[in-house]
Amino acid sequence: MTYSTPEMMTVAAARELSNHDVCFVGIGLPSAACNLARLTHAPRITLIYESGTLATKPKALPLSIGDGELCDTALNTVSVPEIFRYWLQGGRITVGFLGGAQVDRFGNLNSTVIGAYDRPKVRLPGSGGACEIGMSCGEIFLILQHHPRSFVSHVDFVTTLGHGRTGRERRELGIPTKGPTLLVTDLCIMRPDAETNEFRVVSVHPGVTREQVQQQTGWPVQFADTVAQTEPPSPHELAVLRSLF
Amino acid sequence: MAEIMDISEAVRNYVQDGAAVALEGFTHLIPFAAGHELIRQRRKDLTLIRMTPDLLYDQMIGMGMVRKLVFSWGGNPGVGSLHRFRDAVEHSWPQPLATEEHSHAAMANAYQAGAAGLPCAVFRGYRGTDLPGVNPNIRFIRCPFTNEELACIPSIRPDVTIIHAQKADREGNVLIEGIVGVQKEAVLASKQAIVTVEEIVDELQPPSPNAVVLPAWTISAVAAVPGGARPSYAHGYYRRDNSFYIAWDEISRDRDRFLGWVRENVLDKHTAGAPAG
Repeated sequence: MTYSTPEMMTVAAARELSNHDVCFVGIGLPSAACNLARLTHAPRITLIYESGTLATKPKALPLSIGDGELCDTALNTVSVPEIFRYWLQGGRITVGFLGGAQVDRFGNLNSTVIGAYDRPKVRLPGSGGACEIGMSCGEIFLILQHHPRSFVSHVDFVTTLGHGRTGRERRELGIPTKGPTLLVTDLCIMRPDAETNEFRVVSVHPGVTREQVQQQTGWPVQFADTVAQTEPPSPHELAVLRSLF
Repeated sequence: MAEIMDISEAVRNYVQDGAAVALEGFTHLIPFAAGHELIRQRRKDLTLIRMTPDLLYDQMIGMGMVRKLVFSWGGNPGVGSLHRFRDAVEHSWPQPLATEEHSHAAMANAYQAGAAGLPCAVFRGYRGTDLPGVNPNIRFIRCPFTNEELACIPSIRPDVTIIHAQKADREGNVLIEGIVGVQKEAVLASKQAIVTVEEIVDELQPPSPNAVVLPAWTISAVAAVPGGARPSYAHGYYRRDNSFYIAWDEISRDRDRFLGWVRENVLDKHTAGAPAG
């Protein structure tokens, strides 16, 4: 069965989620990956969207974070202050799932501006929930398409703290949550080095070379001692993923 | 106590030029018809407040009504950019737009603090990010008991909050259902509140004693505007018009096409109602 690189990326991300996770879901790729997990190997995963929908089970992927489908299929719908105060800040979320416009080697995310803040080349939407999702979830999974414009040595703006500009900032600030532990792209899977927190390639997707990964990464990318090859999407994973659109 | 009146009268009575106005709604129940009435009445120099300024604020910014935007996520959900917002920030068209930028958690907390009559909101956030460096209203305080460093921002107290809801009764009590967002807090934080509703009924009949009901004495004006959230949606009445949100990307990219759309679908319509599409 043939598949696209975005499909490979979504499937690889979905596999990292389990039945035990309570997941704070961003719209777009994160939402596709989380619902694919729920409909395949993790039927008891709990999905929460920032619009206030708790334990929601959409049949089709919502276009926005607050589509009626999310409310109709939720266990309960609470207010937006409640979702951020009790559920996110209260420490009830195991995994936050985020994308962004730029990421650096320490998993810091920019979704605010390209260029200088006061005179931006591109004004992006901004934080939304991402800033505190990065702080209060047990850990963060990142999903971004690999491109030199997105994988940059220095993000133009830190909207969501990863491991900081030095890789050590969470510890220095006394932030107890893990921060980004996984970065899934259309080319590979990356995890932070245990010592430096720099993201290293741990698995490449089928047909992808190390040279390709380097070409699409805006810093000298590190590879783990043993680099696995990602299992291609199964026919079942692809069929379920396609049924969501 | 809420008075029932039409939306044009409510806007005339309660929204002044230069006011700080929050038209809230988290994807659901966005008060488009009320916002269009503000466009028709040519309000100007507004400070607009909203967590998720979407198409409605894009339209108001593009019409040159907005001096300052207080916000936490300025995009077209699931589609991409807000082109009028971007044009204002990137090229000062049709006029410069000041921004005060927050995160969702911050604004949700600040509305709640406003509703609670507090001067500021305290929460765990913003640390290690670049947002405090560009927004002087983001500060940090230490917990007097644990010494934890916590984020602090001023509470939000709009001059006027405008929301859309499903129902009001004839006394002006209002019922909100579905994704309720931050609307209750935004109304209770405001000095004046205008609510448009799908229908005015004899008996509100909330489905549960815990339903979200805004009592009439928290609201200044209630106006019946069926379809008043379109192309957003009203849970139990009509669905979100996702195709219009997608179409907006093209309509709003070009200044002249945008102005033509507003002329045809907002300015030339005499009665408040849903825009085409």
